Amino acid sequence: MAPHLSLTLIHLIAMNKKFVLGIYDDEDVLLEAIENVRAAGTKIYDVFSPYPVHGIDDVLGIKRSRLPIIAFFCGLFGTSFALWMQIWMLGFDWPMIIGGKPHIAIPAFIPVTFELTVLCAAFGMVITFFIVSKLKPSLKVNVFDKRATDDKFVMAIEVNEGVTDMNALNDLLRSNGAIEVNEKEVIK
Amino acid sequence: MQHVSPIREPLVTGGKTYHDITEDVCRQVEAKPNIRWAAALAVALVGLAIFLYSVYRTLWYGIGEWGLNKTVGWAWDITNFVWWVGIGHAGTLISAILLLFRQKWRTSINRAAEAMTIFAVICAAMFPVLHMGRPWLAYWVLPLPNTFGSLWVNFNSPLLWDVFAISTYFSVSLVFWYIGLIPDFATIRDRATGPIARRAYAALSMGWTGSAKAWSRYETVSLILAGLATPLVLSVHTIVSMDFATSVIPGWHTTIFPPYFVAGAIFSGFAMVLTLMIITRKVFFLEHYITLEHVESMNKVIILTGSIVGIAYTTEFFIAWYSGVEYEQYAFINRAFGPYWWAYWAMMTCNVITPQLFWFRSIRRSLTATFIISIFVNIGMWFERFVIIVTSLHRDYLPSSWAMFSPTIIDIGIYVGTIGLFFTLFLLFAKFFPVVNMAEVKAILKSSSEVKHSHNSHAKSMHGTAPESNTNTPHSNE
Repeated sequence: MAPHLSLTLIHLIAMNKKFVLGIYDDEDVLLEAIENVRAAGTKIYDVFSPYPVHGIDDVLGIKRSRLPIIAFFCGLFGTSFALWMQIWMLGFDWPMIIGGKPHIAIPAFIPVTFELTVLCAAFGMVITFFIVSKLKPSLKVNVFDKRATDDKFVMAIEVNEGVTDMNALNDLLRSNGAIEVNEKEVIK
Repeated sequence: MQHVSPIREPLVTGGKTYHDITEDVCRQVEAKPNIRWAAALAVALVGLAIFLYSVYRTLWYGIGEWGLNKTVGWAWDITNFVWWVGIGHAGTLISAILLLFRQKWRTSINRAAEAMTIFAVICAAMFPVLHMGRPWLAYWVLPLPNTFGSLWVNFNSPLLWDVFAISTYFSVSLVFWYIGLIPDFATIRDRATGPIARRAYAALSMGWTGSAKAWSRYETVSLILAGLATPLVLSVHTIVSMDFATSVIPGWHTTIFPPYFVAGAIFSGFAMVLTLMIITRKVFFLEHYITLEHVESMNKVIILTGSIVGIAYTTEFFIAWYSGVEYEQYAFINRAFGPYWWAYWAMMTCNVITPQLFWFRSIRRSLTATFIISIFVNIGMWFERFVIIVTSLHRDYLPSSWAMFSPTIIDIGIYVGTIGLFFTLFLLFAKFFPVVNMAEVKAILKSSSEVKHSHNSHAKSMHGTAPESNTNTPHSNE
């Protein structure tokens, strides 16, 4: 493929996105800023923080995660699978008398059933967490501001070219306690 | 924001900021290995070499290399297995149960304690696998379709429950630990300068960016994993105790075993956490994060569990007498006054008497005393398992088969070797992974550090107006 053609394709498929980043250095200032920015009608793309900030879900309008439901059903699968496996193997497929107990000795099956319940619930939930949060091993990570994993809180607002009033946005962020306002282009 | 009593001691001292936490924890990951670490690793590798040699002898010549005989068919192997599994339990207790109880002091020790759990379980797993004699057939413990006439594993056997319990425990602990590590790997990735470090930590961090949605899910996952790990950790030592309790050997066939084993496991685990933490905080200069307050809290857990274990020993004796079963009575008299009296009294001294010194506040807050007592507890808990296993087996119903057990050099080699294996893994962890959970310590910094941020001292609602005096944000709207 000719180089100019591939370049055109990249431009066509991957539009660069532009973001305004408000940098904060305190969680309480950040929480108020989020509220005020949202009240001003500005859509927040995402907020990055070095640790989970309590109360951020409410002000950002993040709904409660449904992962516990996934965990419950995975656990339920584990319970049923373990019981079926033990009952079928020792009760039907190859019945043996062990210690004079009945073939299907439910009390003796409880430990394995419990362990498989926990195993399935934990792994089912964690795998779902990785998938829905798009977490996977990758060598290149798009980071808006590297200080977001250290000591700063970063509020990212997507810029619509020609629509967003950059000066007003800058003022809005600064008047709400941002210590810095930066721009960042991200190649999607 | 929550109210924190002014008399509560700070959990992070030295006026640290968020950036200081990153610096202090990442320092030893990024710096060249220091000489003390290298020397410690060299010693651990010698231990590992002893382990590999002893395993080679065991595999090449068979279990006959061990001191087992027809009467005492279980001895050091199972003693060491239970000892290591028990040590592992403190890690889960700290990271899961203390998370459910919202104990903030867990945050600076949970990472290393969980690492300890994982390495201890690896060491523990060596013993049953080697005891199989033909470890390459270890997969026979799994219910796999086979050509022996579709003969399945025996789900009625506590030994098989152990297989499921230990492997579930190991994998769930590993996942829990790794989930906690992801944000910290991202921190290291974003600071990394070298190409290898940057790529390695980028891969390990799974593309973590710290976005609010991801944190929200992360917290949910942590909470549910803690909720799952709590009954799991209790089930593991319960099942380990059933290896003994479901048999009809005098001294083993008791219903007290599950709670007694769980308490003992937490007891020995906290002792090992203290041993490791007192060294780690010194070597990596983490005194501001792992403070005397942390040490004291752990010592309180040691008094509690040590006393439970003490009551269990006494109860066993009482029940043996009260049951009227002469075999049971003999088993216990033999424990205390028979040929293994020294092991019994070593156990009693180390486990029941020494931890009681922690009732004194000065001893509880003394690092030297804590370190020495933690070693005593480690030794005492090893003897507890030895006493339970060997004294019960060596003289059972038939006096003609009574025998004594003495370990061979290979027995000792495997045991010392697993300590080498453990410390090799722990030292590698301490060098290449963040030993303190940075994200969680940052999360408690505002409420639990020595320095109160100015806007924190004002009682204000989260939805109120901007703070009146805000030293941290020069561009605030005042």
